[in-house]
Amino acid sequence: MTSHFWLMTLFAGFVSLVFALVIQDDPMQQLRFGAMLWVALSAGAVLLGWLMYPLPL
Amino acid sequence: MARVRSVPQSAAKNATMVCALAWLLPGAGHIWLGRRRTGLILIVTLPAMFAIGLLLEGALFPFDVEQPLVVLAALAEVGIGLPYLCASLLGLGDGRVVAVTFEYGNTFLVVAGLLNLLVVLDAYDVAHRRK
Repeated sequence: MTSHFWLMTLFAGFVSLVFALVIQDDPMQQLRFGAMLWVALSAGAVLLGWLMYPLPL
Repeated sequence: MARVRSVPQSAAKNATMVCALAWLLPGAGHIWLGRRRTGLILIVTLPAMFAIGLLLEGALFPFDVEQPLVVLAALAEVGIGLPYLCASLLGLGDGRVVAVTFEYGNTFLVVAGLLNLLVVLDAYDVAHRRK
């Protein structure tokens, strides 16, 4: 359980699930919102990772 | 327009009790308010996230007033309620700084507590029929 990518996607999954439950009421809307948030968080983290290669902080 | 589902009258009157229960046992507030599906998902998810944080060798931060950021992290972790108290009593969460997953563990522990505080606020809104 030391893969950075796996832990990041797991973390994004937990956060997306809770936000979807709190923000949306309808189960289908929760599913859509949660999936979109999970993809956005995961893809955003990968994108930031690539940007940090030429632009290290 | 947002749809407001029915909430038991007693729960609406006891919003403080709902919040206390929601803090102590993640998801229990929602179950009390009749939102069983949401409550059952939360009662599994948030303690699981906290437990994964402990497995990743994250630390339960002390309330050290000389280190304000550590106090904030400790307050965030207390937000998970009963799992934090159990972990403290069992002596878990020493945190191994040299572990590869130490920072991940801290992140899981702190965010699990903060998410539960968000759930407490949601339960408060539901109890007051704002949702």
